[in-house]
Amino acid sequence: MKDFLFNFKMPEHFLVTGDPLIYGAQVSIVLASLAILFVLTYYKKWGWLWREWLTTVDHKKIGILYLLASLLMLFRGGVDALLMRMQLSAPNLNFLDADHYNQIFTTHGVIMILFMAMPFLIGLMNVAIPLQIGARDVAFPALNAVSFWMFAAGCMLFNISFVIGGSPDAGWTSYTPLAGNQLDPGPGQNYYLLGLQIAGIGTLVSGINFLVTILKMRAPGMTLWRMPLFSWSTLITSVIIIFAFPVLTIALALLTLDRLFGFHFFTLAGGGSPMMWANLFWIWGHPEVYIVILPAFGLFSEIFSTFARKKLFGYGAMVYSMLAISGLSFLVWVHHFFTMGSGPWINSIFSISTMLIAIPTGVKVFNWLFTLHKGRIEFKTPMLWALGFIPVFLVGGITGVMLAAAPADYQYHNSYFLIAHFHYVLIGGTVYGCIAGLVYYWPKITGFLLNERLGKWAFWWFTAGFNMCFIPLYIVGLKGMTRRMYTYPAGLGWETWNLIATIGAFGMGIGFIILVWNMIYSFRRGEKDTTGDPWNGRTLEWMTSSPAAEYNFAVIPKVKGLDAFHLMKKERAEGRKEETPEIKPIHMPKSEGFPVVMSAFMFISGFGFVFEWMQIGAFGLLGCVITMIWRSFNDYDRDYYIPVEEVKKTELAAGRRV
Amino acid sequence: MRLKTGYVAIFFTMALLLSGCSSLKTGVLNPQGPVAKEQYDLIMWSIILMSIVFVAVIVLFVYMLVKYRAKSTDEEYVEPEEKENKWLEVIWTTIPVVIIIALAIPTVKSTFKLEKSPSPNQKPITIQVTSADWKWIFKYPEQGIETVNYVKIPANVPVRFELNAVGPMNSFWVPELGGQEYTMPGMTMYLWLEADNPGTYIGRSANFSGKDFTHMQFNVHSVTQSDFDAWVANVKKTAPKQTEAMFKELLKPGLVKEQTYSSYPDVDVNKLDENGKPILEPTTPHHHGTTEETKEEKKPENKSTDSHSHNHHH
Repeated sequence: MKDFLFNFKMPEHFLVTGDPLIYGAQVSIVLASLAILFVLTYYKKWGWLWREWLTTVDHKKIGILYLLASLLMLFRGGVDALLMRMQLSAPNLNFLDADHYNQIFTTHGVIMILFMAMPFLIGLMNVAIPLQIGARDVAFPALNAVSFWMFAAGCMLFNISFVIGGSPDAGWTSYTPLAGNQLDPGPGQNYYLLGLQIAGIGTLVSGINFLVTILKMRAPGMTLWRMPLFSWSTLITSVIIIFAFPVLTIALALLTLDRLFGFHFFTLAGGGSPMMWANLFWIWGHPEVYIVILPAFGLFSEIFSTFARKKLFGYGAMVYSMLAISGLSFLVWVHHFFTMGSGPWINSIFSISTMLIAIPTGVKVFNWLFTLHKGRIEFKTPMLWALGFIPVFLVGGITGVMLAAAPADYQYHNSYFLIAHFHYVLIGGTVYGCIAGLVYYWPKITGFLLNERLGKWAFWWFTAGFNMCFIPLYIVGLKGMTRRMYTYPAGLGWETWNLIATIGAFGMGIGFIILVWNMIYSFRRGEKDTTGDPWNGRTLEWMTSSPAAEYNFAVIPKVKGLDAFHLMKKERAEGRKEETPEIKPIHMPKSEGFPVVMSAFMFISGFGFVFEWMQIGAFGLLGCVITMIWRSFNDYDRDYYIPVEEVKKTELAAGRRV
Repeated sequence: MRLKTGYVAIFFTMALLLSGCSSLKTGVLNPQGPVAKEQYDLIMWSIILMSIVFVAVIVLFVYMLVKYRAKSTDEEYVEPEEKENKWLEVIWTTIPVVIIIALAIPTVKSTFKLEKSPSPNQKPITIQVTSADWKWIFKYPEQGIETVNYVKIPANVPVRFELNAVGPMNSFWVPELGGQEYTMPGMTMYLWLEADNPGTYIGRSANFSGKDFTHMQFNVHSVTQSDFDAWVANVKKTAPKQTEAMFKELLKPGLVKEQTYSSYPDVDVNKLDENGKPILEPTTPHHHGTTEETKEEKKPENKSTDSHSHNHHH
């Protein structure tokens, strides 16, 4: 027992050493942390932080936390990308060595998919979905906080790897046997497994939460077929999450057992099958791609319809095509390894199932285009990002169909052609969707608008840089350059294209800086959104004040059809008399401290297991379970009522008629 | 105005890209054998089909943007009651279906065709390829010789590469001769390639396998049959023999130069674990790991190279 409790095996290098970049990062992390602690203490903000943010269960605030975290991760993943592009800007550079480069492409991939794209979209769902369906919060507000803090714990655990213990370096796919203990011992790969596992709990819980929220909490009159497209896409995404994430959980758990406890699921010795990892990973991984694209599709649908000032064209076709995509997303995973010898029958079938996805996706694109037809298109920043999405996503989509043809894929697989393809869909689809959604919902989140001029500069820098970065990568891919090479020899005709790509990447970086600067600038100078409806919106979220009151709606609206708020405005314009519903006391959830405490224990546990300090790991898990048990015995007095007087006061202060 | 600046920027990028197209004729777009040619034709066909989609969408997109952009003259805009159109939905579902059928048929045909020898009437040569950290080992079972980090093949002769790995997976890729296939530990797979002409083609690993993966580049020398035969004879006469100890040394992680051997030891790499050690098969129920050293010596009694190890994956 004593041995178990006090045995701390130290890895060779606990703190990562030997690189000036890392030393710089370590120093700046310590300084930044000290500065934050100082500011919080000096301005006596600890209580505020605890009450307003750490314990909040308000979906709007949790949404903001998600968005802040994902912007930070977009920055981190972007810096990783720029470091890689600098290393590849010319042949035979030694800016990064192989070990460092391998860690960076691994963290870039993991962070961008799991700690940027997904939380960004979940953040936007948090901000918009309850408002859009006319609810006061999500179905399980405290669980929503658990989701966020679990994600935050996993994300922090993954991110500290680059200064403590070393980052994972087997790629975001982490194929075994390379990622097994035999070939890649040490904490790096453990960080991958535990960081993803903990964050994955948060995602799964979010999926359940939004599914129940959308199914059970829609305002009266809002049937499923009157739901806005972003709500539809969130509903469908939640279902995909619920089916796909358990597979990741299992895969990570099996590999963790292999690495920490000497099991043989994926090792050659002992009869394991390394290829099982590739299968499990992509059975989750391909639906994951649709988890991050469908919500973006939903956002684009809202934005096209709003800024073309027209009802979405082919609403039914839009919903059915998303359902088709979500079904197909589970039937194509083998296309990630056509080159692993599955045989001609399997390759043929998965080629065709992959090509089929182009049909519903095409239907969506044409319906978006016809939404513009006979509309009145205003080129506001959110619309610019949505319009920009069409041509770039088209390029990503058609190269995706090219990749679907198995025999051709033998030539594209793992080359930069593939890299260019999935960046065209993930940036052109997901990132454009995230930014479009962020700018669109910015007034609803903060109460003021972003500057249009700066917004357009950000868009054009990003779009020009993006195409300049990734078109050349299609070409070097066809010239035989493979992904994950940390350098390349001269004379293969790759130099110019790589240099152009690097310049383009920096253009994207400038676009990102302008975007962030716009937020800071507008924070002080931005135009106030006094109406709550800055874009002439069509859905219920624009009916509330900006930012929406804690309780969202003083009185839950009655929905009479698709584009409910648009209908109400139309009726008002036609002079139809409105009934003034009576305000009643509003039932709301109280803040809760247990999610953040539980996640802190989870973080401790994860950290312990990363270094194979089983006693710490067990302690953290125990703390987590005890917190849960404590919470379940204290399941009363978790809610309160906002009195009518207070609601009226809040409404009047927001300039609303009561 | 700003929109126009954007178009100009896009135009210049396109122009820049097109000017570089003349140098595109390397790698995948420079097929030098029947396999690469088959894939090249499929790629070109897919590009043609996808160009139709690209042009259709872009034309429609630009048309909508230009025609329906907000103008100061249409402030009186009243939203039209246009919701959906069954015929349009049918059209833009059917046309993609037709395009996909047009792509799927040659795809399936090629998929099956590439499983077989590209020149079925000609006697093939077999070469066993093993990837190890971080090198390529080529064994010629018919000639009994071995090369490391380069491979020589006769031109106009179909080559059946038998692929396997010690340690991590790699992917064996020679773009100008044809698409790739993974090398996987514990499972032999094969890949047909053929070169039309004598020449040297660059190959590399396309799947990340750790620290020095980047340097897993090798040359494929295609020579005439007579030159090939002369080279084999010369190797048999002049090159050193490879002992089992030398082979095991070669499997250790690291980079090595090109090597040539007149013989190679009989080791079934499918029975080696991640670190190149023999996988212990439990022969007696009371087996324990402590006997590893003695086992290791007894082990290489290989039945045959194509024997399914217990890791063979289906």
